Amino acid sequence: MADTTDQKTADPTWPAAEERRLIGQRISRLDGPAKSTGTAKYTYDLNRPGLLYARVLRCPHAHAKVTKLDMAPAEGMPGVRAVRVIQGMGTEIQWALDEVAVVAAVSDDIAQDAVRAIAVEYEVLPHFVTEEQLDKAPATKAGEEQTVGDPAAAMTAAAARSKGTYGMPVISHNCLEAHGQICEWTSKEEMTAWCSTQSLSSMPAQFAERIGIPAANVHVITQYMGGGFGSKFSVDRWGIECAELARQAGAPVKLMLDRAAELTVAGDRPSAFAEIEVGAGDDGTLTAWTSKSWGSGGLGSAGDPPMPYVFQIPNRRHRHTAVPTNTASSRAWRAPNHPQGCYLTMSALDDLAAKLAMDPYDLFVKNLPLTGKLADVYKQELEIAEQLMGWKARWHQRGAGGSGPVKHGLGLSLHTWGGRGHRSNCEITLQPDGQVELKMATQDLGTGTRTAVGIVCADTLGLPLEAVKVNIGDSRYPASGGSGGSTTIGGVSAATRRAALNARALLFEKAAPKLETTVDQLEAVDATIRVKGSPDRKLTWKQAVALFGHTPVTATGANPGPGELTGSGVGGVQMAEVAVDVETGIVKMQKMVAVQDCGLIIDLKTAESQVYGALIMGISGALSEEKVIDPVTGRMLNVDFESYKMAGIGDVGELVVHMMTGPGYDERGPIGLGEPPMVSPGAAIANAVANAVGVRVPYLPLTPRHVLDALAKGAA
Amino acid sequence: MSSRRDDSDEDPRGSAPGGLSRRALLRGGAVAGLGAGLLSSLPALAAKSAKAPAEPAKTEAGVALLGPGPVAMKLQVNGKEHAVKLEPRVTLLDALRDHLDFTGAKKVCDRGTCGACTVILDGKTVYACSVLAIEAQGSDIQTVEGLGTVEKLHPLQAAFVENDAHQCGFCTPGFVMASKALLDANPAPTLPEIHHALSGNFCRCGTYAGIRGAVLGAAAAYTATAAEGDTSPEPSGNAGDDARPKKKKKKKRNDG
Amino acid sequence: MHPFEYASPATVEQAVKLLAALPGKASVLAGGSDLLGLMKEGVETPERLVSLKAVRALRGIRYAPETGFRIGALVTVSELAADAALRWELPALSDAAGRVAGPQIRNVATVGGNLCQRPRCWYFRNGFGLLPQHDGKSMVVEGDNRYHAILGNQGPAAFVTPSTLAPLLIALEAEVVLHGPNGDRKIPLERFYRIPVAQGEIEHDLNPGELVTEIIVGPGAGRRIASYEVRQRETLDWSLATASVALEMEGPVVKRARVVLGQVAPMPWVAADAERFLTGKAIDSGIIREAGEAAVLGAKALSKNGYKIQLAKVAVQRALRAAAGRED
Repeated sequence: MADTTDQKTADPTWPAAEERRLIGQRISRLDGPAKSTGTAKYTYDLNRPGLLYARVLRCPHAHAKVTKLDMAPAEGMPGVRAVRVIQGMGTEIQWALDEVAVVAAVSDDIAQDAVRAIAVEYEVLPHFVTEEQLDKAPATKAGEEQTVGDPAAAMTAAAARSKGTYGMPVISHNCLEAHGQICEWTSKEEMTAWCSTQSLSSMPAQFAERIGIPAANVHVITQYMGGGFGSKFSVDRWGIECAELARQAGAPVKLMLDRAAELTVAGDRPSAFAEIEVGAGDDGTLTAWTSKSWGSGGLGSAGDPPMPYVFQIPNRRHRHTAVPTNTASSRAWRAPNHPQGCYLTMSALDDLAAKLAMDPYDLFVKNLPLTGKLADVYKQELEIAEQLMGWKARWHQRGAGGSGPVKHGLGLSLHTWGGRGHRSNCEITLQPDGQVELKMATQDLGTGTRTAVGIVCADTLGLPLEAVKVNIGDSRYPASGGSGGSTTIGGVSAATRRAALNARALLFEKAAPKLETTVDQLEAVDATIRVKGSPDRKLTWKQAVALFGHTPVTATGANPGPGELTGSGVGGVQMAEVAVDVETGIVKMQKMVAVQDCGLIIDLKTAESQVYGALIMGISGALSEEKVIDPVTGRMLNVDFESYKMAGIGDVGELVVHMMTGPGYDERGPIGLGEPPMVSPGAAIANAVANAVGVRVPYLPLTPRHVLDALAKGAA
Repeated sequence: MSSRRDDSDEDPRGSAPGGLSRRALLRGGAVAGLGAGLLSSLPALAAKSAKAPAEPAKTEAGVALLGPGPVAMKLQVNGKEHAVKLEPRVTLLDALRDHLDFTGAKKVCDRGTCGACTVILDGKTVYACSVLAIEAQGSDIQTVEGLGTVEKLHPLQAAFVENDAHQCGFCTPGFVMASKALLDANPAPTLPEIHHALSGNFCRCGTYAGIRGAVLGAAAAYTATAAEGDTSPEPSGNAGDDARPKKKKKKKRNDG
Repeated sequence: MHPFEYASPATVEQAVKLLAALPGKASVLAGGSDLLGLMKEGVETPERLVSLKAVRALRGIRYAPETGFRIGALVTVSELAADAALRWELPALSDAAGRVAGPQIRNVATVGGNLCQRPRCWYFRNGFGLLPQHDGKSMVVEGDNRYHAILGNQGPAAFVTPSTLAPLLIALEAEVVLHGPNGDRKIPLERFYRIPVAQGEIEHDLNPGELVTEIIVGPGAGRRIASYEVRQRETLDWSLATASVALEMEGPVVKRARVVLGQVAPMPWVAADAERFLTGKAIDSGIIREAGEAAVLGAKALSKNGYKIQLAKVAVQRALRAAAGRED
């Protein structure tokens, strides 16, 4: 590194609106051509010379003890190059499809033959997998009861009260590229791993501490990865096993989970159920809230949904109880806890509005002061969403959804998220021939990270985007945080902005004497360094960089760093329109509107894509997704794409996305967008269904079974 | 397993390390883009290949019985013939990905549902995971690699880029191939027709809005070129006649 | 998949010989869209696959007004959906074919395979067998049965028949031609299906070494035909309940009715009560409503599938309405 210049730009800021040439524009992602031509190489795609394929023997029982495990038949098979016991004789397995042993062979088919050849026996132990009814759970972990004000007295005094039970099931991340990696030892002490991870920079240390070599000797590469959604932060036991197999076999090993394992053990979102009572004045002013919620995230943590969500009702009491089940532990799932808290809260508030015969839009607007500092944001967003949906003109009282079997309804929800930028480092090198190289050990999950850092760098240096060679996805670049909690865009763009400003400052220092001015009079525009107000007094980019001679110039930037370049705390509003066939219980999406704030937008095109994606993933979860766990065996039953039902292209209706930009938003700097729009869909859609059919369908997903059961109960 | 030929010198999967068939390597059929490490192992492979026993000629009812060991096959991928030696149980998807290094088609569900492995076989989309490689012999196999290149995108791929019809991108090649088959048959599809034609493909990131826009956009480009009477727009990459708009029935497009 | 040997005969006779030589251990490979999935799960482990790909005699659709349609077993579902004569004569069948799964499946799946495909029951697919038992009890009854049978579920079988073409073909009184070591056998498609009552039995009347060669849909001018599938998603999805009806009318009066349900019983379920009820009645909205009720008279809900009784009823009513050309 030739020069580190963090001090060069003491107080970095984002360019003012009129100075942005790339930032905030609609720019196609840099790796779009690679993705649409199939030339983007993901971990799963890499064919290393001499590659071996690993397959895992998994326990078919939800709770069992391994009583026999003989690897010899597998070990002796032609083509098998390494076998390992993961959980041997006597181990108690706590969930179905947990890893027992693993083999590596010269082909995937032979690896599967070898897994089948392993002689294994289990003593089956009792399991618990059904957490829907709290009083039937054998073990629970109750959280702290949180009380504010006097909820009991406020509830008694409330003019209107609504009471209900609501719930949503465990759903899976179901990443299209399964979890997995390729491990290849380059010497006895050095390993390279290609990982499908959303936390590249943490991988070397995660590997190193368990395979016994220095972290600096582990080189991890993630050029492309096929989805994470919160489930791919860990090296995972299968990552370590892959490394050990590769060491044992002396050959690279690819271990990717099969779909049943991906769906069953590689990540899910905890379920949540709640009994809620909410009270209000007869004008809809919220006064009282009590809730008891529970849910399961496997044997590990079960989250703790924030309730009441967004609206800080003055008198409130809440307690959440975790129900351990014999299922794999949940993992962070886009906006941990928020979709649950939001769905449970917004359903209860919508039921209260119905009780008051009040438009929930009015009830929400009336209570915006309870949302705190985002109240103005929500108000603006509600008004825009109302326009885009035509809410006021089309809303009707609950149950007045039409005379035929197909009823129409509208529903609404609000959400929030933090999203402050994570720790990140960026290195920008100006090559003597004018090329600009950016390096950062971040990963692009499909959110557009690669493109965003390129845009920030190019915009700051006054260059076209193509002039910047963006290098990410390699752990040997400067470290950057994992992509979770919507922290990436804030972290990577702030670090890049600082690095680019520092690089620019170096250029200005060299160029100023040449242009007979001072650095504060210079600007970098249109691939030139020129004097402000005198565009003819300029150096071309190449001339300016050539001032450094043959040694490249390197500048770095970090987040956090000088100046405030990222913010936190966004608000969003979503509205859904559905058509429900009350004879079949089939819910069809008609339209969904999302109005979202995310601070300063770097790339409008990929930002909108994130919101579209969240709406679609949310629709999918609301209408059809559920991990079906068999009460008899404790196994997940729907371990394929035909029975783990996700929405397809014809199932999502019309989608309208509006991003909040301009004064009041931009000056907060970029704030992450992966989580916030993911929070509301379930709530908005469920409320629309209630509005259409006249009764609350209390359980997601909104399948014919749940809809018809609710209608039958409502009619009874 | 008893029926397998256990020739210890023979690599039981019947193809080269690094995932490419020996014959493909030896013929130079698919060498472009290979790492130097793999090329340097060629002499060793050639030696091994010479020792490989010929497939025993077993017949019953006058019909050859092939396998269960590796069988010599020829696959016609994107207009080029590739010779491979694979067990009959190897799917077309594994043959393409693990043995010929065509990794555009992805392995996601491996059960013929998700659409990520969509390729075009004799003009029709199929799930490559649900076709045996041995059955794909004699068919014209088109993979996403046979459309445009990064430098010269096929108009449909350009529309995917323009409409940001990809996030993580893992489902994208499958959607591109399914969309291509649709537009080849129906250059001006309505939105419901697009939904029907793409009903065998799933995306997890939620790119359907972009995909709708991309297919409609590509369709507009196809029909615009056709309307100008230009039947041979500049072919993109090695797309050959794939890029040529088919003058077929024209329909009103429904953007709703 | 377990290793297997592969043969690609050119004639039906060769195929039958290759199958008969390894009874119980050889499987027929047609489109493969179902079989290969079962083999990957280890549910099916044939030692020999007999591919029909090269058997040209099994391809093609022949039509003559006097004899109706003869559909080769290897005709793909796409070809069935696109056949011009079929679309003219039996648009309901073309439409049903066009709704099967997604395009990639329709392009390879064959009509014969569609009729012979195995149930989608998740206990079956997860390796617990067709009549899954746990501690002497039915796993389906004790477990998660949301997609399982509401009719014909009193024996050990509670899976549902998967084909959406079969109910319609049975309503059309199609016949199926089977070829085996003892030559051809032609039976009504209705009798091709049966409910297994003991472990080891399957849901098809298919002898070892036998394969489906042809489906015959006889002429039936003047029948009013419709099928209704209750499907949650537009995208590749299974029907939750299908009703197929064929009505022979004399003016407004039903002379003869066929009402066949899919996805509600371990076999395509002929709703005999509904058929009897409709016969001799003049169709109106009240009759349609009552026919729907009659179709599910014997239905018995398991713990989680009660909603399917409603779906079956509505499917019958909507199919009847479509067949009768009524808007109400």
